[in-house]
Amino acid sequence: MARFRILVVEDSPTMRQLITFTLKRLKDVEIVEASDGVDGLKKISAGKFDIIFTDINMPIMDGLKLVSLVKNDPANKDIPIVVITTEGGQEDRDRALALGANSYITKPIQATSLLATATQLLKI
Amino acid sequence: MSGHGKDETEGGQIHSGEEKGPPLKSGDEVLQIIKKGAEFTQELLKENERLRYRLVQAEEENFSLRKASLEGVSGDELSKLQNRLESLETEKKQILERFKRVEDENKDFANRYLEIENENNNLANLYIASYQLHSTLDFKEVLRIILEIIINLIGAEQFAVMMLDEKTHQLNAVASEGIEKEDVPPIFLGTGVIGNVAKTGESYFKEDLSHKGTIDPTDPIVCIPMTIKERVIGVIVIYSLLQQKDKFTNLDYELFTLLAGHTATAVFSSKLYSESERKLSTIQGFIDLLTK
Repeated sequence: MARFRILVVEDSPTMRQLITFTLKRLKDVEIVEASDGVDGLKKISAGKFDIIFTDINMPIMDGLKLVSLVKNDPANKDIPIVVITTEGGQEDRDRALALGANSYITKPIQATSLLATATQLLKI
Repeated sequence: MSGHGKDETEGGQIHSGEEKGPPLKSGDEVLQIIKKGAEFTQELLKENERLRYRLVQAEEENFSLRKASLEGVSGDELSKLQNRLESLETEKKQILERFKRVEDENKDFANRYLEIENENNNLANLYIASYQLHSTLDFKEVLRIILEIIINLIGAEQFAVMMLDEKTHQLNAVASEGIEKEDVPPIFLGTGVIGNVAKTGESYFKEDLSHKGTIDPTDPIVCIPMTIKERVIGVIVIYSLLQQKDKFTNLDYELFTLLAGHTATAVFSSKLYSESERKLSTIQGFIDLLTK
């Protein structure tokens, strides 16, 4: 069994593959993918995660809603959440962080910043 | 000195070696004895002086001998120590030089590692872009993947994919992001920046990438031809980049090169597949009609 479980919530298969491909470079991790917020919530309720990476703009349920639901759930509120979005403005960053997101990455994502954020939050 | 012992005075009486018993001495004899005593004292003093001198001499001799001996030993040891010191100094210098070389090598390795890390990240992006482009034969799906790559990997905000109609020699927008397809006018081959890219097959990059609010659909910042060998089948037109993106990196140019070739083959294959599927279902319809 892997030491860390990471959930990647992203509707774009390209981005999902890129994030997963990059995070797989971390040692001893298991990555679970979800294509939107609802799918993400299902995966969260089915298993324990050490960190969540989520896109903001997604169909069915967006990333901000997912952050809000996870952070208001006593069982999962301590899971670090990293928000990934194309919006680079300070306002969006503040919105995500106010909802409880722990970190924020803007697209196009850089593998180095993705790995650095993951290692920092997982305290590897 | 012991030779003089016989003539020594005892209890105030004077004894002579030749005489037996205690006969009284005459004044001359006493004077002789006193004289002898004085001479003896003088001799003793001289002897004492001589011995003192000899002692000083011996001490000096001893000191000089010790000094010489000490100096001799120190000299050897010093020479050995000097040799050792020199060899240690040389060794230290060599170690420092080696350390510097290793440090330089380490710096080179660190730089090389960063380069490889970047290269690795770039290759990962290119691999994923290529993998995704060829993961489907559905034309709409291919177009969606092209849009995703341009948004997520390049960081474009407003852009369009235009296909060349070989009959009319006109480029028409088939997919777009951040701008409506209808707002991108058809462009004839060889007309303006976009038409010229489609005609020549050479990519166009505007020097000034800054976003000026409204866009001119005929004045893109980037235009990439979609080519199969030398045949252009369409173009990717980028009008503006995401807010946080102000310049292109080497990876972006590599992605543009990849897009130029791979999007064309992906689009072309998906179109061929759709056509063949359509034809196949038509033929199947005819066969069904004939066999019933």
